Amino acid sequence: MSNRVTVTLTVNGSEHEIEVEPRRLLVHALRDDLGLTGTHVGCDTSSCGACTVHLDGLAVKSCTILAAQAEGAQITTIEGLGGEHSLHPLQEAFWNEHGLQCGYCTPGMIMAAAALLEENPHPSEAEVRRALDGNLCRCTGYHNIVRAVQSAAQAQAPVAS
Amino acid sequence: MSATTERHVGQPLRRKEDPRLITGKARYIDDIALPGTLWAAFVRSPEAHARIVSIDAGAARARPGVHAVYTGADMADIGGPLPLAWAPPGVQVNNPPHWPLARASVKHVGDPVAVVIGDDRYAVVDAAEDVVVEYDPLPVVTDPEQALAGAPFVHPELGTNQVHQWTLAGGELEAGFAEAEVTIERRVVNHRIAGAPIEPRGVLADYRAGTITLYSSTQVPHFVRLFVALLLGTSEEKVRVIAPEVGGGFGSKLQIYGEEIVACWASRRLGRPVKWVETRSENMAVTHQGRDQIATVRMGARRDGKITAYHVQIVADLGAYNMLLTPLIPSLGAFVMGGCYRIPAVRTDITGVFTNKCPTDAIRGAGRPEATHMIEVMMDQMARELGIDRLELRRRNFIPKEDFPAAVATGVVYDSGDYHASLDKLLEHVDLDAFRQEQARLREQGVHRGIGFSTYTEICGLAPSRITGPAGVGVGAGLWESALVRVHNTGAVTVYTGTSPHGQGLETAFAQIVADRLGVDPSVVEVIHGDTGTGPEGRGTYGSRSLANGGEAIVKATDKVVAKAAKIVAAELEAAPEDIVVRDGKFSVKGSPDKGMTLAEIAGVAYIGAVPEGMEPGLEETTFNDPENFVFPFGAHACIVDVDVATGKVDVVRYVAVDDCGNPVNPLLIAGQIHGGIAYGIGQALYEHVVYDDDGQLVTGSFVNYALPTAAELPSFELDHTVTPSPVNALGVKGVGEAGTIAATPAVTNAVVDALEPLGVHYINMPLTPMRVWRAIEEAQAR
Ligand code: FES
Ligand code: FES
Repeated sequence: MSNRVTVTLTVNGSEHEIEVEPRRLLVHALRDDLGLTGTHVGCDTSSCGACTVHLDGLAVKSCTILAAQAEGAQITTIEGLGGEHSLHPLQEAFWNEHGLQCGYCTPGMIMAAAALLEENPHPSEAEVRRALDGNLCRCTGYHNIVRAVQSAAQAQAPVAS
Repeated sequence: MSATTERHVGQPLRRKEDPRLITGKARYIDDIALPGTLWAAFVRSPEAHARIVSIDAGAARARPGVHAVYTGADMADIGGPLPLAWAPPGVQVNNPPHWPLARASVKHVGDPVAVVIGDDRYAVVDAAEDVVVEYDPLPVVTDPEQALAGAPFVHPELGTNQVHQWTLAGGELEAGFAEAEVTIERRVVNHRIAGAPIEPRGVLADYRAGTITLYSSTQVPHFVRLFVALLLGTSEEKVRVIAPEVGGGFGSKLQIYGEEIVACWASRRLGRPVKWVETRSENMAVTHQGRDQIATVRMGARRDGKITAYHVQIVADLGAYNMLLTPLIPSLGAFVMGGCYRIPAVRTDITGVFTNKCPTDAIRGAGRPEATHMIEVMMDQMARELGIDRLELRRRNFIPKEDFPAAVATGVVYDSGDYHASLDKLLEHVDLDAFRQEQARLREQGVHRGIGFSTYTEICGLAPSRITGPAGVGVGAGLWESALVRVHNTGAVTVYTGTSPHGQGLETAFAQIVADRLGVDPSVVEVIHGDTGTGPEGRGTYGSRSLANGGEAIVKATDKVVAKAAKIVAAELEAAPEDIVVRDGKFSVKGSPDKGMTLAEIAGVAYIGAVPEGMEPGLEETTFNDPENFVFPFGAHACIVDVDVATGKVDVVRYVAVDDCGNPVNPLLIAGQIHGGIAYGIGQALYEHVVYDDDGQLVTGSFVNYALPTAAELPSFELDHTVTPSPVNALGVKGVGEAGTIAATPAVTNAVVDALEPLGVHYINMPLTPMRVWRAIEEAQAR
């Protein structure tokens, strides 16, 4: 393909320069070009949130922006949030609270929840539910996801009593 | 031998699966990359019914990076059409061929007509758009009742749209209705829904030098292997099917899909790996759907509340083709048509119908949600008719716990149950008197709050072969389950299961079971599943069967390992094998607890040292478990809703569930299954509906117009349980994967009716969308 653009992205702290078609979705750049397959694709209408990553600190659906639009951006994916030996409090909480079953929605759910907690460190149940309404889970009924987010909030920054 | 003292079974262990899933390290189908992989994209019919006049792939083939375009004609060498595995004795099933790529005609929107194979995932989609297909549109039928009445025909060569008729009857129906003092009839519609796992399907086929490895997002790798071999005309041992991490299934991945066959065929033809990942739009159009039944339901009762007869006549819209189990699915409900009740005569008549829609097949619950919905809605309707409290009516008809195992009119034997206990427990959480006061108070403020109940039992743990197999209901495969338990040199354990979990957490539950019996920690028990190249033949995961059958197989295999280990220990310590017990992580001699050997020491003897005279070295055992009976979980659910009468919008305010799935192995997993099941049921009751217009065009082709519930629509759920062990297996377990879904739709529906009763709405069919509810209110008010 002749029609290619060069895009520079900083993903999970490392800088990458990739050559992509202008129409390439960010999610495919992350998954197929950079091998970061923790970010998933569950729909083609920007509905499910399985592809949620952080772009310059904001939760975005990476299926809904082009890689080229992310030029120069700082991106964090689930792999950058925390690893096997350095779990993020949300990862730990999803594990403890059984906040996942098939796990397919989980990376997007955790990234969306992480953005919520940045903004609102102690969300109420209703606030958690509203904040996650762009992320679909078919397995859990959301019950334990909500509990996980609230317990991570507690672990991260206990409310002063 | 006696049981171990380590009790991991029953504990809420956090899952062994999770570390890879929460860190983005799991490997789902689209995460697997093989060198030299080509991408596939399917050309799909935009018509609901048409003759294919011509296919011009010239422009597509000419595009750079395109390696091939294949049509049905190119695949003329395959061994046959896609399978229907249901051949009930004495029942004629019309089964026109269903090809992986359409031949001559298309029967529903999305039917695949051609496949484009090329270098790049984007480029093949472009090329697929360049394939020019000329269609000659044919008349379309989408309404199953019209389809039964006559032309147009989905398969004109049959001269009918009827697929089959099937009846299950027990007891004297006419006598039952004659005895009845009150008979009611309702038309109960259970609308079409999508399975909608968040991971769509996908395949990666890799043919090399005579063997095929197929990675597929499936619940049934062994079935897939069998049919890939048969359809590709190759020998079964040359095919290996691997279900990698699977992102949910809900029955929709219990199937042999055309794309699996096409990918294998094309990979063999091209000598390159071929990958296809379904888009959500494709998933909504071509991945099998569920429910879609219209039932005429008649219930007869005496004035004292005794139900005397129950007759259900179902028109089941099966869509355009039979797939693996399509016409069987409504029959699964027939076995529990009478619910928790002692009804002397129960009859179910099922008529399957072809329409120009996506085929239906198993979706979470598969027939049982429909059956439970009917009986539980009818119990409320009958209670109203009789002027008896609806819970009292249920209690008067419950099968009493003394009657178990309970033979029921439908011919099956419910294994165990205590329905009064679960309803009692539910009412400990729901104060009905207080609710009625609150309801009255809220009504004065214009808030319409209602409460609905459902008490259910279901049939699951799919097996036993004697009932499910060819000689029984007619599934062309016995349904048992296998396990291989292998102790390694170091005392670590690998378990191979023939089940194929995809979110249920069985790696953890199975490890708990094995750990207890071998006196080791669950962390050293690894469970391998979903790979036909390892472990024994298996049957997969569906129908809440994996624990009751697969778990039980693991128990039996593990117990064989324990028996052999005990002999080794007895020989080493000069004791009798009967005197060896597993305690505190050791196989020790009864009465002298410090005399013993760890599993690692025993494995050392089995593999490295000298086993007793006459014994084979090694420490592993295999079992095939074919149980005597199904298992029948049960429970009682309550749902409280608010209905906005101005808009018809329903909000679930509170949901309380008491479930009994026998002995708990891992309470965390059980709760998760119930939460998800309830959400699935609420989703169907209130939001989800696969809609086709009269031309057979799919209106709900994406997540924009197919409404899955989000966190914002649902409340937290309140759970409790009773424990009534199943006598069918040593673990005493039942299944729990579908229970929530089965119980939820009638609880929600009955709650909405309860809320709207004062407005004159006494009956309503799902989906309870704002429009449907608002109209029901308007119509009732106009009367
Ligand atoms: S894949 Fe991005 S929202 Fe669904
Ligand atoms: S855990 Fe399966 S979709 Fe959320």
